[in-house]
Amino acid sequence: MADLRINFAGIQSPNPFWLASAPPTNSGYQVQRAFEAGWGGAVWKTLGAPIINTSSRFAALHFNGQRVAGFNNIELITDRPLEVNLKEIYETKKRFPNHAVIASLMVEPKQEKWHEIVKKVEAAGVDGLELNFGCPHGMAERGMGAASGQVPELVEKQTMWAKEAARTPVIVKLTPNITDITATAWAAVQGGADAISMINTINSLAGVDLDSWNTIPHVAGKGAHGGYCGPAVKPIALNMVAECARSPEINVPISGIGGIGTWKDAAEFILMGAGSVQVCTAAMHHGFSIVEDMIDGLSNYLDSKGLASVEELMGRTVPRYSDWGNLDLNYKVVAHINRNTCINCNKCHIACEDTAHQCIEMLTSSDGSKYLQVREEDCVGCNLCSIVCPVDGAIDMMEIPSGPPMTWNERQAAIKQPIA
Amino acid sequence: MHMNRMKNRSVSLTDLSQNFLEIEPDLTAREAMGEANRCLYCYDAPCITACPTSINIPSFIKKIASGNLKGSAKVIMEANPVGASCARVCPTEELCEGACVLNHASQPIMIGNLQRHATNWAIHNHAQLFKAGEKNGKSAAIIGGGPAGLSAARELARLGFEVTIFEAKEKAGGLDTYGIVSFRLPQRVSMWEVEQVESLGVTIRTNTIVGRDISPDDILESYDAVVLAVGMASVPPIGIQGEGAKGVYDAIEFVESTKIPPMDTHLIGKKVVVIGAGNTAIDAATCSVRLGAADVKMLYRRTEAEMTAYEFEYEFAKQEGVEFRWLTQPVGIVQDEKGAVKGVTCIRMELGAADESGRRRPVPVEGSGFTVEADAVIRAIGQKRYTGLIEAFGLTHKWGTVKVNLDTLQTSNPKVYAAGDVIFGDGQGDAMVVTAAEQGKRAAYSIYKQLVGPGMAQTS
Repeated sequence: MADLRINFAGIQSPNPFWLASAPPTNSGYQVQRAFEAGWGGAVWKTLGAPIINTSSRFAALHFNGQRVAGFNNIELITDRPLEVNLKEIYETKKRFPNHAVIASLMVEPKQEKWHEIVKKVEAAGVDGLELNFGCPHGMAERGMGAASGQVPELVEKQTMWAKEAARTPVIVKLTPNITDITATAWAAVQGGADAISMINTINSLAGVDLDSWNTIPHVAGKGAHGGYCGPAVKPIALNMVAECARSPEINVPISGIGGIGTWKDAAEFILMGAGSVQVCTAAMHHGFSIVEDMIDGLSNYLDSKGLASVEELMGRTVPRYSDWGNLDLNYKVVAHINRNTCINCNKCHIACEDTAHQCIEMLTSSDGSKYLQVREEDCVGCNLCSIVCPVDGAIDMMEIPSGPPMTWNERQAAIKQPIA
Repeated sequence: MHMNRMKNRSVSLTDLSQNFLEIEPDLTAREAMGEANRCLYCYDAPCITACPTSINIPSFIKKIASGNLKGSAKVIMEANPVGASCARVCPTEELCEGACVLNHASQPIMIGNLQRHATNWAIHNHAQLFKAGEKNGKSAAIIGGGPAGLSAARELARLGFEVTIFEAKEKAGGLDTYGIVSFRLPQRVSMWEVEQVESLGVTIRTNTIVGRDISPDDILESYDAVVLAVGMASVPPIGIQGEGAKGVYDAIEFVESTKIPPMDTHLIGKKVVVIGAGNTAIDAATCSVRLGAADVKMLYRRTEAEMTAYEFEYEFAKQEGVEFRWLTQPVGIVQDEKGAVKGVTCIRMELGAADESGRRRPVPVEGSGFTVEADAVIRAIGQKRYTGLIEAFGLTHKWGTVKVNLDTLQTSNPKVYAAGDVIFGDGQGDAMVVTAAEQGKRAAYSIYKQLVGPGMAQTS
């Protein structure tokens, strides 16, 4: 059985599954229940000057009858006094000394404020700190959260202030509401961050009520943008983690956050360079017990791959992630339809016919049975047919022999070369 | 019918009307949404091809998923004017659901139940789905207000005809109103379809028998076109001794008697014998069970393999506790001193050589006679034809099956078209409600083409 323990920037955890700073980690009661369920760590809901929350806070995007494809919130940081939180952190840590308790922090961008809160939470026994530079709503209006997280200089400066006082590792949590996340990640590293975590939520409006014409959610008939998370954001988060992981200038551990709900999601983030993963929406949807299969599934997966630890999986796909200019323009795949598996829904045909390259033909064999066939010479290998196909194994994308590799960058370099 | 979804399985002997409530419940909103989202939205979908009325099934299912129930109901009813009834009575396993590509991957979509869900919405919301067309100055008479007649009437009204339906019974709807067991199709569903047609300005003259209240010649003279959609008549006598005994019923009339409360209580605890093994015979048997009969037997002179009832009907009857006696030929009905049924004398059969229909002919086993006890006997050996009426219209027919041009449904009289069960038989047509609906539509289009013009008019 694989070793799931991790050492994330000096923070020890029995497994890589942490609850993200969010409603599930609002109190000692909740965090202790989570640890009992098996979560390896928890990032305590952001501490700072307590705020007043609105009533009506969450909304979700449901997709084709499935609940919570995406999740939206306008909740802010903790609404409980700091002393109460600190007392509960202390009690939790005492009861679960081997689990990771990380305090998420957000204060005004002033050096003394950072010093003050860092000292207080470290005195309560936390294993690490996470600076919340990402909350996209409510706190930003007060010059905190995303408002500071979108300005690389502020990220660097505040990280530095936190580091001046900190004795435990400092993780900087980044906002995705920015053009290039590596810019703020780099600023965090310049400020002395021991690690970075991403992504915080994405600016969002969950929907509009077609009967009342109110926004979803609304507070007394008015709405404001919230933060988006849940399964739908995973590809965005995964890219941001990967971009930071492959950047040679960002050499700190990354805690991956965004749409993780299963061990498979977690394994993908770990392959893309994450040293730990944080979960919120899936726990809010199903409760803490989901971690049991995350642990079990990851462990079985590592065993099946012959890997002894999470560490051995970490970052294995990072070298394979690059810029478009480094992709082989001569590589070729074509779709192949397996007639025995195909159920003849013709979705591949119409997808190709209407929206791709018109190369899947609907044919009738001599015995009258219908079948679909790819005209390989016209197939560009776009994958669309295999994406819309509802049956596993009915369409394979097959590699076909092609010329020697030639990337766009190589091609441009070759064109520029003077003819000898 | 989905056996695993059936409710209302226990038979109440104190309130028989309970036993005739719909046996398969409506889908809940959640079930409908889940099922609608499961539909793949196939291109060139085989379910559409398998539907005799070519309902655009992926389209109506997508509309359920999108929350556009009015649009969904319209897609259904556009293609099939009796689409709410068909949602309940179609042998979907043999049609749309049987063709669903998901049969090869998981479970087929419950198309019938989704169709019921969408049309239920239209029924409950009193949706007006169609409008009469601008009057074209032509008139049409429809003889028979069943599925074929209603379907023809609806399309003709949309095409601008002045339409009159002549209906022999008190209510229109035909088989859907009177002939399909209530626990499969409540009468209110059929009546909604009738109202939909009436709301287009179609006149329905009920309790009007052509040949008694109005002559065929009058009709031929007064209307520009006629659609003969009279269906089939009562069950013929079996031709055995004692058939006139008290307690011998015609299966069609028997089922009809259960369509409207109050229910007849005299079969409670009794022994019933049904003669025949088609879908109507099964209906008579299951109605008997639900009327409280203690023992229901079906006698059939051939075997399980030759029975004409649908597989699911047979399965349902078995689950209802109906007993099947194969290779059993009734030869006489035994009466008591008061002339009431006491039993059925039978003889065992064995299968001989194949006859012209390809089925092996049953041959009596000599000396094998026996008697089955019975308090009631129901005849369900097929239906007679309205041969007299057909001849009064002067139409060419064979054994009561009106001959038509299969493309246009025109009869030997160019002014008269025919649709539904009246053209079923002798290798022509199919006996399903949905086929009748399609034929009604096609007859209407042929009439339009003949009387108004070659191009198809836009309907709304």
